Amino acid sequence: MMRNLALATVATLGLMTGAAGAETAAHTAKIEDFAFSFEGPFGSFDQNQLQRGLQVYTEVCSACHGLQFVALRTLGDPGGPDLSTEKENDQVRGYAALFEVTDAETGEARPAIPSDHFPGSQVEGAPDLSVMAKARKGFSGPYGLGINQMFRGIGGPEYIASLLTGYSGEEKEEAGATFYENHAFSTGWIKMTPPLEDGQVTYADGAPNDVRHMSEDVAAFLMWTAEPKMMARKESGFIAVLFLSILAVPYLTNKRLWAGIKGPRKHPVE
Amino acid sequence: MAGIPHDHYEPKSGGEKWLHSRLPIVGLLYDTLFIPTPKNLNWMWIFGIVLAFCLVLQIITGIVLAMHYTPQVDMAFASVEHIMRNVNGGYMLRYLHANGASLFFAAVYLHIFRGLYYGSYKAPREVTWIVGMLIYLAMMATAFMGYVLPWGQMSFWGATVITGLFGAIPGVGEAIQTWLLGGFAVDNATLNRFFSLHYLLPFVIAGLVIVHIWAFHTTGNNNPTGVEVRRGSKAEAERDTLPFWPYFVIKDLFALVVILAVFFAIVGFMPNYLGHPDNYMMANPLATPAHIVPEWYFLPFYAILRAFTPDVWVVQIAHFVSFGIIDAKFFGVLAFFGSIVVMALTPWLDTSSVRSGRYRPMFKWWFALLCFDFVVLTWAGSQSPDALGGWMPAIALLASTYWFAYFLIILPLLGVIERPMPQPATIEDDFNAHYAPPAE
Repeated sequence: MMRNLALATVATLGLMTGAAGAETAAHTAKIEDFAFSFEGPFGSFDQNQLQRGLQVYTEVCSACHGLQFVALRTLGDPGGPDLSTEKENDQVRGYAALFEVTDAETGEARPAIPSDHFPGSQVEGAPDLSVMAKARKGFSGPYGLGINQMFRGIGGPEYIASLLTGYSGEEKEEAGATFYENHAFSTGWIKMTPPLEDGQVTYADGAPNDVRHMSEDVAAFLMWTAEPKMMARKESGFIAVLFLSILAVPYLTNKRLWAGIKGPRKHPVE
Repeated sequence: MAGIPHDHYEPKSGGEKWLHSRLPIVGLLYDTLFIPTPKNLNWMWIFGIVLAFCLVLQIITGIVLAMHYTPQVDMAFASVEHIMRNVNGGYMLRYLHANGASLFFAAVYLHIFRGLYYGSYKAPREVTWIVGMLIYLAMMATAFMGYVLPWGQMSFWGATVITGLFGAIPGVGEAIQTWLLGGFAVDNATLNRFFSLHYLLPFVIAGLVIVHIWAFHTTGNNNPTGVEVRRGSKAEAERDTLPFWPYFVIKDLFALVVILAVFFAIVGFMPNYLGHPDNYMMANPLATPAHIVPEWYFLPFYAILRAFTPDVWVVQIAHFVSFGIIDAKFFGVLAFFGSIVVMALTPWLDTSSVRSGRYRPMFKWWFALLCFDFVVLTWAGSQSPDALGGWMPAIALLASTYWFAYFLIILPLLGVIERPMPQPATIEDDFNAHYAPPAE
């Protein structure tokens, strides 16, 4: 009975955790499962992709959407887009100067410096994108059992990439506003104009710049803005799990300790 | 202290005697650490140490998080992002704290259901059980208020829904709700007091935990047979028990390490798995999320809260009999709190003279059904009413009914109609029946 009970509790826990992610099952929006480099315990950000994504954000998205929680200096952090911060070639400083911010002390507009944050959203109704990749869930796995999030992520960047590639080209007028049909959006119709078209951004590294690739690149970049410490976190995870495996020495101690108390389990107990 | 006869601390040197006659603290620690523990405890008895670890983890990570957090509506969300980005190891502190709450509740549910199966609530352990239920209530309050602090969409709307429960109380409800919130809606005053209480309550829990341990150290642990340790003499007691140190400390530590390996894998590789994406959007009083869902550990009780809709006949009768004072909303609130009250009253609802479910052939099945019921309620709490082709409300109602039926009808009746199986005379007999003598 005890063994059955233990099994039942394990099953219970599994179901309970699955249930937490189950509520999106009714969602009809179509989210494609893109294969991003940062998924899974071993995944890491692709620095070139983050730089391309930063370029797409800068040239396209930033016209409306802000990144108010992201400090410009973090663009130079290792593990991220890793722009150069060397004195002769300070890309971070150069990039920061593209934005204009209001100085907190003088109240006057000035070019941004690395210690400033990205500006907030420029257009009413355009959400800030800092943590958007964590604020959306693309999928919860088969039958809502989200345990595969361990390997495929929660689907936030997938949602963003699917949204950017999900336009059908149809549009409609409603209550004085234009809506565009989008297969990834929850209601099927979104207010945001299709932001990307093939070849819109020219990459320095010559990477493909069709809508699909640009969408993936900017989605990856937004995953980084949402979780800049992802690499450090996974490293800590590995160290902790490894360390705990070594600590499992109490297993041997426990066996040895109890060896003097009880022998092997007798078989037919009941 | 009464309890199981065992060796006590004997101060030897002059210094030890000096301290012992003034403050017998070493003796207290000695008695706590070497307490005779039934030697047949199985792996379901490890959750006490897991829970103690959780409390310490939550308090330590929480204190450091509080050093960087700002309880102000315009700054709270940004200060959490500041912790995630700029504070050294801040992302780890926050993810440990958030997932630590889930580990805490997972362990407490296993701990509670272990108690329900092995009859740990029965005389003479009723006080341990009641204190445990108080700890559980304090945990729920703490977790609920903690979830409000990041000031995301779910924080705000969860707080609005749950404090709204108090508003459903007839007559004084609205006044109570306003008093709790510090205003007419969830706002800065609410956030501030929740932060204050979220910091305070864990120390109340720590105090209750000491009382909980004190209580069961007085009665002795229950064990899988439910048969009491023999207390006639020390020699007799020693054939049923082993000292807590080292036998159970090492066993529990091993179990803790295994559980923590899983925990750290979740924290390291999928820390947002148990959270809700909506909480990464800053609270917006003007935009209600499509789906307001509490954290997973509240889902069973959330399902009970929502199950009693105006079209349920029990609700209609209550409405009629109370001359309209009890409406569906208030009925739901009563059911919500009642579902925990009936659990707390289990010691007096269970009429069986047999403690352990192991020797209760009918109880076993009803208990298994209760475990399944808990899973169903968890699922139902996460669903929208139109889930499963509109069958969700019916399933939730059925599952809620079983929850109450188990405690209020099945447990009292089983004690009368059930014919229990023979129990072993002593723990030692049971132990020897299960295990061969140790190899020399």
